Parts: sequence; structure tokens; C-alpha cells
Amino acid sequence: MTMPQVGIAGETIDVNEEGYLTDPEQWTPDVAREIAQVEGLELTDKHWEVLEYLREQYAEGAKLTIRRIGKSDVVDSVKEFYDLFPDGPLKKASKIAGIPKPASCV
Amino acid sequence: MNHLLILGAGTAGTMMANKMRAKLDETEWEMTVVDKEKTHYYQPGFLFIPFGLYDPERVTRPKADYLPDGVRTIWGEVEEVTPEERAVRLADGRELSYDLLIIATGVSPDPKETPGLHGALWYEDAFDFYTYEGATRLADKLDTWEGGRLVINLVEPTIKCPVAPLEFAFLADSYFTEKGMRDEVEIVFTTPLSGAFTKPVASKALSALMEKKGIEVVPDFYLMEVDEEEKTLRTYDGKEEPFDLLVSIPANKGAEYVDTSDMGDVEDLNFIPTDNHTLQARDYDDIFVVGDTTNVPTSKAGSVAHFEADILEENLLSYINGEPMTASFDGHANCFIETGFGKATLIDFNYDTQPLPGKFPIPGLGPMSLLKETRLNHFGKLAFEWVYWHMLLPGRPLPVPSHMSMAGKVPEDEAEPKLAAA
Repeated sequence: MTMPQVGIAGETIDVNEEGYLTDPEQWTPDVAREIAQVEGLELTDKHWEVLEYLREQYAEGAKLTIRRIGKSDVVDSVKEFYDLFPDGPLKKASKIAGIPKPASCV
Repeated sequence: MNHLLILGAGTAGTMMANKMRAKLDETEWEMTVVDKEKTHYYQPGFLFIPFGLYDPERVTRPKADYLPDGVRTIWGEVEEVTPEERAVRLADGRELSYDLLIIATGVSPDPKETPGLHGALWYEDAFDFYTYEGATRLADKLDTWEGGRLVINLVEPTIKCPVAPLEFAFLADSYFTEKGMRDEVEIVFTTPLSGAFTKPVASKALSALMEKKGIEVVPDFYLMEVDEEEKTLRTYDGKEEPFDLLVSIPANKGAEYVDTSDMGDVEDLNFIPTDNHTLQARDYDDIFVVGDTTNVPTSKAGSVAHFEADILEENLLSYINGEPMTASFDGHANCFIETGFGKATLIDFNYDTQPLPGKFPIPGLGPMSLLKETRLNHFGKLAFEWVYWHMLLPGRPLPVPSHMSMAGKVPEDEAEPKLAAA
């Protein structure tokens, strides 16, 4: 199976069929800005904080859930997370943060 | 004299008490079990109570009858664990100390976690069925309900027995059909997950079955509040689902003392960080966690507790003898799924392998069929009740391996995600 590749921010990026980066190392802030634009989002400082947090948590091997982000200090509440990344905040934020789509484990 | 203390005498705690008492020399180890409630509930039976398929009395037995001799039993609620002092304080003020602690206090539905859920509608038009009281009250409600919009909702994605809400939907379809009123009932299944179930092959198969039965699945539905006036569910992103009758699976939370003792994980649901493979508490060498209380990434279910108990027994003995813990839990879960009209399907999976079609437990022969609706699977589910009381709780070996096996399963890339009728 060949891995799809897309040109983002002047770089060739490996993504899966749903558009999630397959190598978090290929992520750059420009890549994030470009994916966000496709998703219809203008990234504010708050968005960046969330993206950094997700990348950190992912690197530590944490199991990511919407509730976990909502209970973290990076946002005030689950509601704020939804307001920042409408329609499936964890999926959308993970895509922009260049980490895999969070899979449920139950 | 050493002291092994077990908190919780549910499925996991009872199994561990029986297993460890059989293995540990009574002259070297004394054992104590603490639980706040004297009744053992056969929780898989809760599903059948709302539909009148089980009488409520059938699912209750005294916990004491299933605990071994040579174990002291204390009926009381845990208030705080102080790991640094190896001490446990009970709500009545009693203090216990331990050399080795097993935590098996499980999780319970907490409707108070969601605004509007535990209000005027609770046990009027909104019910749970994961408790004895909820299941019995819902049975009374369904008995006289004249139909309308039945909405099933999972508040959080991580709940015990993650297949039970699907089973409830299937059995509701069957129940209303047999009552001759299926046309009067709209069944809607709302879930924060991306589909009917979590793992891709099973989710597709189960979604197809939901569709076939005329049950609407609303995915990515993350409940924020219940509007009591409007009888409407509202999500964080403003989606709404009105209901006439709500069957809720409230947020599942571990015991309150986990929070008081500052032992829970960051999700604030009082699950305890636990090593995925050894089942040792992440932060404490002399505490082990088993059953629904762990945060290990697999289903919270009796079968999981059972497979964990086999591994934990081995690791505790290694730990006590000062040897490396070599037994490794693989996340194995095995669940019958009632699909209505006297049939059921079966799934078997672990951390790394999603539920796949095939035969179980004997490759090629079964007699059970994985991811396939059969009558035999349904009888397997019913027969499990006897196995639970007579083999599982006493800690006797079952003819099912602790580690998941690929033998008899169709490999992932060949699996056709369709739940064929037998």
C-alpha cells in the first residue's frame, strides 16, 4: 500500500486516507496553519496552546479524550474546547496538531 | 504476619480473595476484604430486567456466600487511602493497615455529573439500567409506556460493559415488536463515539445491524446537559435530541475515596493509573488495581476482570516472593452481545487486535461464532450466569485462555464487516 502524500506549506507530508499526518516529526507550525485553513479555522494563541498540549500528551503516550482536554488547565472546560474546534474538537485538533486520530480503546 | 487487604468484593475483588486465599499460607498472610454493600449483583442480568426477561430477585445473592473462609470481611465504606503510611480509613473511623493492597472498588453510574439529568425527570421519564434500582424502575415504566421517542444516550465514552447500550437498543426493538407496538416507538441511539461501537470492524457490523432494525445512530453526540423543561438532550456543540423516554448511561465514576486520596487520573472520573501489563498501580509498588477501577485501555467488563485476575494472581505471587513480575495482561475482553429475538453475537479482542469474525473458543469448531448472530451465542450468554456464580467468582479455571488468541479468527485485512444472520 502506498502512503498518500500531500504538499503542505511547501513540504511533502505523509498523511493517511483521512488526512492525518502519519509522522508527527513532519509537523511544523506552517503545516498546522495550512490544515487549519482547510478546516476553516484561524489559529489564535489559545488554539496554539491546545495544539502544543496535544503534541506533548501524545509524545508521552497519553490516552487522549475530549474530557481529558476539558479537565486540563489548557482550556477552562469541554465547552471551550468545542468553541475553539467546532464539530469533533479532538479529531480536528489532532489533525491540525499533526498527531494520529485518537482511537477509542474500549 | 503479613496483611493483604482487598478493597471491594464485587466480581474482581471476590475472584482475587478466592484466588489469593488458596495460594497464600494462612500462617504467613492474613486477608481482609472491605465492601460497603452486602449484596452481590449479577450485573449482566440488569440488561434483562427492564424487558421482564429476568425477575429482579434473580440477580442478587449475599456477597458473604462467595467469599472464602480464612478471610476477614468488613462491611464499611472506604473514606481514604494513605499509600505513604500503608493505611486505609473507613467512614466509620476504623483504621486498617496493609502490607499489600488490591483495589477493586469498580465504577458506578453518576447521573449527578450531568446538569439536568438527576432532576425532576429522573425515574419519571429518564432512567439508567446499570443499577438494580434503575433496571427495576425502568421495567415498571416500559410495562405501561404507550410509545414515543425512546432516546438511548451514553454520557461518556468510557463506561462499563460498552456493549450493553447496544444490547438494550436491540432488545427494545425486539420487546416493542413482540408487544405489537414497534410502530409507535422511535428508537434513537446517541453516543459520543464515532459510531455504534469503537473498533472499526465490529462498529461497521453493529451499525449495519442497527440500521436493519430501524434504530437511528447519532454519533459524535457529546452531552452537555438535559433540558428538563423541553425534555431535550443538548450537546456542547449545540446539537439537540428531544425525547419522550430517556435511557441514560450516566458518566461512570470510580469510588469517591479515590478522589479524596488523590489517586485518580487526569480525567477526574476516579480511575486509577495502572500499568497496562502488570496491573501494579503506576505510583505505588505495593498497590495493585483490578477490574473497572483501572485506567487500562480496554473495556470495563467482567470478562476483563476475570482475565486480569489470572494475571494478577501470578504477579502478586512473584511480587511477594521478590521475583520479577512476568505475567502480562494483554487487554483481553470477551463479550456476548444480545441482538434480540433470541439471538446474540460475540466479540473477543485485546489491546492490539480488534474484534474479528471467526469461531470461539475452539478454532474452526466454536461452538460460538464471533461477530455473527446465532441462537447458540444467545444460549451461551444465558449459560454464563451459572458459570459466573459457580466457576468465575470462586476463581476456578474456565475453558477460555487469559490471553487472546488469533486461532480461529479471520485476519483483519480479510474481515468483511457484515454481521451475517445465521
